[in-house]
This record gives sequence, C-alpha cells and structure tokens, in this order.
Amino acid sequence: MTTPLLRLQGLTKAYPGVVANDTVSFDIGEGEVHALLGENGAGKSTLVKMIYGLVKPDSGTMELRGQPFAPSEPRTARADGIAMVFQHFSLFDALDVAENVALGMENPPAMNDLASRIRDVSETYGLPLDPYRRVGDLSAGERQRVEIIRCLLQDPKLLIMDEPTSVLTPQEVDILFQTLQKLRSEGTSILYISHKLEEIRALCDHATILRLGKNVGECIPSETSARQMAELMVGDTLQTPERGGREFGEIALDISGLSVPSPSEFGTALKNLHLTVRKGEVLGIGGVAGNGQDELLGVLSGEITTDRDAVKLAGQPIGKEGPTARRRMGLLTAPEERLGHAAAPDMSLTENALLTGSVREGLENRGFLKWAEAQGFAKKIIKAFDVRTPGPENAARSLSGGNLQKFVIGREVLQDPDVLVVNQPTWGVDAAAAAAIRQAILDLAAGGAAVVCISQDLDELMEISDSFAALNEGRLSAPRPTTELSVDEIGLMMGGAHGIEVAHV
Amino acid sequence: MDLSEINPVLLIASLMVAATPLLLAAIGELVVEKAGVLNLGVEGMMIIGAICGFAITVETGSTLFGFVAAAVGGAVLSLLFVLLTQVALANQVASGLALTLFGLGLSALMGQSYVGVKPPSTPELNIPWLSDLPVVGPILFSHDLVLYFGIGLIAVVWAVLKYTRLGLILRAVGENHDAAHALGYKVIRIRVLAIMFGGACAGLGGAYISLVRVPQWTEGMTAGIGWIALALVVFASWKPWRVLLGAYLFGGITVLQLNLQAAGVAIPVEYLAMSPYIITILVLVILSADKSGAPASLGRIFHASH
Repeated sequence: MTTPLLRLQGLTKAYPGVVANDTVSFDIGEGEVHALLGENGAGKSTLVKMIYGLVKPDSGTMELRGQPFAPSEPRTARADGIAMVFQHFSLFDALDVAENVALGMENPPAMNDLASRIRDVSETYGLPLDPYRRVGDLSAGERQRVEIIRCLLQDPKLLIMDEPTSVLTPQEVDILFQTLQKLRSEGTSILYISHKLEEIRALCDHATILRLGKNVGECIPSETSARQMAELMVGDTLQTPERGGREFGEIALDISGLSVPSPSEFGTALKNLHLTVRKGEVLGIGGVAGNGQDELLGVLSGEITTDRDAVKLAGQPIGKEGPTARRRMGLLTAPEERLGHAAAPDMSLTENALLTGSVREGLENRGFLKWAEAQGFAKKIIKAFDVRTPGPENAARSLSGGNLQKFVIGREVLQDPDVLVVNQPTWGVDAAAAAAIRQAILDLAAGGAAVVCISQDLDELMEISDSFAALNEGRLSAPRPTTELSVDEIGLMMGGAHGIEVAHV
Repeated sequence: MDLSEINPVLLIASLMVAATPLLLAAIGELVVEKAGVLNLGVEGMMIIGAICGFAITVETGSTLFGFVAAAVGGAVLSLLFVLLTQVALANQVASGLALTLFGLGLSALMGQSYVGVKPPSTPELNIPWLSDLPVVGPILFSHDLVLYFGIGLIAVVWAVLKYTRLGLILRAVGENHDAAHALGYKVIRIRVLAIMFGGACAGLGGAYISLVRVPQWTEGMTAGIGWIALALVVFASWKPWRVLLGAYLFGGITVLQLNLQAAGVAIPVEYLAMSPYIITILVLVILSADKSGAPASLGRIFHASH
C-alpha cells in the first residue's frame, strides 16, 4: 500500500455553538481527484481552510507524504505545495492580473518575467489571459482563470478547488475539466468541493461526504448514482418538485425594445431586450453572472425606471413606476442578495415582512404600522415555508442562508403576486430547501401567476421553467420551450465558452 | 497698489516652504488610506508633532532632534488610533475625530510654558556657488533639509507603491482585506505600520510649521492644514505626484494672496484668504475626473472571522 499524498486523521474544529468538523478522517492519493461533498454548513470550507493553514484544528493530525503537516499560515501550506482556488474569489479588482498573481506567490519574479510566464502557462492550459488587464473588468470565468493560473505557477502537489463551476457556462466547465484532467495526468492531486453531483460523477475518482461536520461516507462517484450521493448528503430521501401540465393565459408581463445603461461602474447595460410572460408560465432566464441579471431585476422591480411603455404589466405601462406602485399592481420581486437587498440584515423578520408586505397585506394605516398584523404575516411565512427560527422577532442576519432564502421567497409568494420575479432563488441553499422553494414557485404558477426565474443553475431552470432564454452581455436570446432544449444548446445560447480553448499539451 | 513689489523668485521659494507641512501630512495620509484606513486625526497628530518638535528643539537646541521627536510624537499619538480601530475595532471616523480633539487639547497643555519662546533657527542649505546662482539658487538650493526630504518622500512613496512587493501588498490590503487575509497577509500588522507612518509624517509636517514656517508656538497653530491634507489625498486620487502638485498649488496661492494683500489689491481680504482653499479644491476636482477610485476597503473594519 502506497503512502497517500495527504492523510487527515480525526480533525476537529469547533466554533462557539457549532462543531464545524467532528473527527474527520480521509486520505487523498497521489494524482487523485478527490471530491468533498456536502450541504451548505456541512463543514467543507472549514476543513479545507485547515489544510490551507487559515484555521488551526482543535485536535487531529495531518500527514503530507507520511510527514507530519501542520501549516500555521497559508504561506507554509503554499511552500509545501498546497494551492487553493477560493469560492469567493480572493482577487483584487483594482489591481491587474499580474499583480494579483504575484500576491499569491511566495517569491514572485520581476513583473515582466511574471507576465510572460502567465502568458505561457495560460496558453499551455488553454486559459488565455492578458496579464496587464485590470481584474475588475474581467468576466467571472476569466477571474477564475486568474486564480487557477496563480495556483499553477507554483507547481502545486495538491490543488484545492472550492465550488469552481458555479460561475461558468457549460462549455467553460468542460474546458476546466480538461485542464483538471491534464493536471491529474501530470500527477497533481485535486481536492474538489462541490454540491453539483453530476460534475463530481464526471470528474472525480473518489468522494468523501460530510454532513453536519462528520464524515458520513465515502464512495466511487462513477459507480454511485447522483441520487444516492444526494441522499447521503442530506441524510434523508429527496423529493423532486412536481409540475402539472397547464394552460397559459394571456400576457401578464411584456417588455419590448428595452435598453438601459447599468447604474454601476462594472455593470452590464441591457440592450434591446424583448420578453413576454403569460399567466401560468415560468420563464427561466439563464446566463453567467454579470451579464445583466441584476439590471434586469432592477428594471422589473422598479429600482431602475425606464420609458413608460417599455415595461407593461397586463397591458398597463409601468416603466416609470417605482417598486411600491408595482407591488400594489401585483408585480413582486425577490432579488439575489439575501442580506442587504432582499432583507435588511439587522432588522427582525417581522420588520422585514413589513418592508415588502405593507402594501399588499395592508400592514399600515395612514403611516402607522400595524405591528400585530405584521407579526402575524411573518409567522404565516415561517409556518408555510418551514423557516427554522425561534420566532419572528429574530434578526434576519441570525438565520442561515437557506432559511433566510425560504423566508424572502415565501414573503413574496404569500402576497399572492400576479407576476413574480426571482433572481437566484436557491443560491447557496441546501438541496431540501431548494426543492421546497422550487415547489412553491411551481405551485404559484399552477395557480395562474406568471413567474420569471433568473438563475445560473441550469438544472434548476430545466426543472421548473416552461421556456428558457439566456442573457449574454445584456442581450436576451429569444425564448424557447425548455423541453426542446439540450444542455449544449443552452450553453451556446449563453454565449458559449468566451474565447477559451482546449489545453494544448 | 503696486504689483511690482512682488518678487517672483521669493514667491516661488516661499511657496515651497508654505506647501511643505501640507505635503508631508498628505503623503503620510495617502499611505494610510492606501492600506484601507481612514484616519481623520491628521490635524491632531500634526499639532502634537508641532509641540513635540518645538519643545525638544528649544530644550536641546538641535532642530534635528526636534524633527525626530515630532515624528515620534505623531507616531505615538497614532498608536491611540491603532488601539481604537485595529484592536478594539471601533469606528474609524469617530476615532479619527476624537484623535484630532485629543491632540489639540494635549498640545495646548504641553505647550503652556513655550508660548512666546523663540526656537533656534533651522539651518538652511548653503552650497557654495550653487546657492548663489540668481533665480535658481534661492528656488532650488537654499532651503532647509526637511523641505527636500518632503519632496524625496513623495518620490519614494510613489516608487514603493508602484514598483515594490511591499507596495503591492499594502495596496492589496487596502483593496480587499478579506482576500489579502485569505492569501495569508497580516492585514492588521500592515495597517498598524501604515498608520504609524502616517502619524510620523503628520508630526513632521506639524513641526515644520512650528519650527520653520512660523517659528514659534501658539495653540491650534496648524489651523486646519490637517483637514486640507485629508481633502488633498482624496482630490489627488491617491496619487503621490498629484499630492505634490496640489500642495504646491495650495502653498502658492496662499503665499500669493498674502503678497496681494500686502500690495493692497482692491479685493476684500476675506476673498483673498479663502482663495487657496477654493482654487486648490477646484483644480483637483477637475483633475480627479478620471475616476480612479478610492481603495475599496477604505474605512471598513477588518475582523479575521473564521
């Protein structure tokens, strides 16, 4: 039996009130792609932070090629050949690509040499990058390339990738996988964190599943079904949302010829956008983040006002109306960012329920708030959507991501909208909660509401939407019925793989 | 009114002197803000530098010791800001304002016995032949060393920020402290050092006022230069050479309007007195139209959470 590259034994890390990792042990072999699977909050991030030296374990040991390994800080880990691509990119927007790469290296060469090495490596692995571009101007896929190249320049023995595909188009995912397979063939081990099971089945040699901080099982992904892995992750059987066949009614929402500049510096302007949604229809809008999703949501919610006739709700022009007026007319929205956009983090759930619900639920009277009714509404959301919280008086911030997401979606769904717009309704939410949210959206559509679902999760869009359109650089493709589409076609609609090519070596 | 009384050579030479306190304080604050910290206590650190430098120069008779003491005094006062904002994670705006008020009060207390005392004069460069050149001599070769140090400091800060790894790390910390932490850089340590550098520079600037520009001690003698320095950093778009430009512009108009007042120009004194502030800000606002933004983490509190 050969010595594994990295052996973890009984790693434990507790934070006040929660055990993030509880005696986790597993091995990563040389040249192996090892998947770390788990729901949000299962302790995956804490575990890799221990390997990368950002967090010290309370107990337990690690061995790297049979030698004790206890990195006190990331630079020791890097010196030992551990490299990491972060989930939330650890990049500096105002600096250029070469400077960002240099910051992740121990002894970077002079900038000119570094720039030419970046060009070499990026071409070898089919990830073209201009070293002198400002990172703030790059797309999400390009930003990830910066991180990967930063790691590759250090010849890592173990490359840790934390949810790398969540921001990529299917074609970009393919190319990433080819890069990773090439690395594996060169003997680099990869620790791959994800909750996208089909990816793991396609790529990984071995998988370890974490639930609530414990190692609850290991498997060979190619020999295990996605459903079995999902049930190991959740520890329960999964329910797939059901949708009944239904007839679409008249046009509920109509956008025609809409062009608006983005309000933010790094945003994307919407260009000549057409869109119609009928009653009872779920329109899925896919696309890689940063292609105009936030702007589209703003246009629909009323945060960005437009020409009066550009946006019509049931035939009524509403382009100049603000969010409150639109809510009164039955157009409700749930934005992507839970803390700070959909909900005010430090306000209680009751107050948050009031913030969007006051108009339609009649929670105020001549400027005075009806606290009892507001609390009743909050309780109703908590009950109907199974939000796990001690009560409506708790701050929105205190809820976990999935619970808060259930709350903010439930808050809109229960207001009985004619048109509901959601952006990334299940982003960062565990599988069970995601299924519940999708079911609620489908039920709403079955009841005759029109739904626009903006999402980057293609599986989700395929599951719930009746028609699909893609946003690419602010332009919306013509919608097509979902049942006629394959994943490849969707990828092409999303703009394909922006200028990437397959590895040359 | 007699404009011929204004000697352009002397005007330029004295604008350089007038600009130096502002320049020193602003370049220090630029480094602090590049590291992502907003220290509004520049005025307080300047006035502490002014009294420390003045007192030590009077006691020892050496302006060199005086300036060193001023830098140390400013840096020590900035440690109070470090304690509040980097250790206790207090709000930077409130802490900076408190630092200014504290510095003004403390300096008044320290300076009670120095009112009316005349300090030894600061030696000026005197290079045979070069300093005697007409026009060029008085402008370039007849100043005190601290003035040259200030200009050199601008060049050094510019080069360090642009070309060195230290500068890159400093900018990275100011840009995105979470990412810098994730890469293993010591965010707090880097910020503490930057704040102390800023304090030392502000202290030097203050001492330049009390030892060179107005060689005497009076309470509150920095008279808002620290606030101008803060504004200058912003309007200079966090670029060292623009700080130099802005400081000289401010110094120049200050000196010019004093000369105009003396020459009896028929513009009310109040307008002349406000002109340096207005013109400096106008010019820098126009220059800053290129939108190179503030460090993205500026003023945000960093806490290394799990």
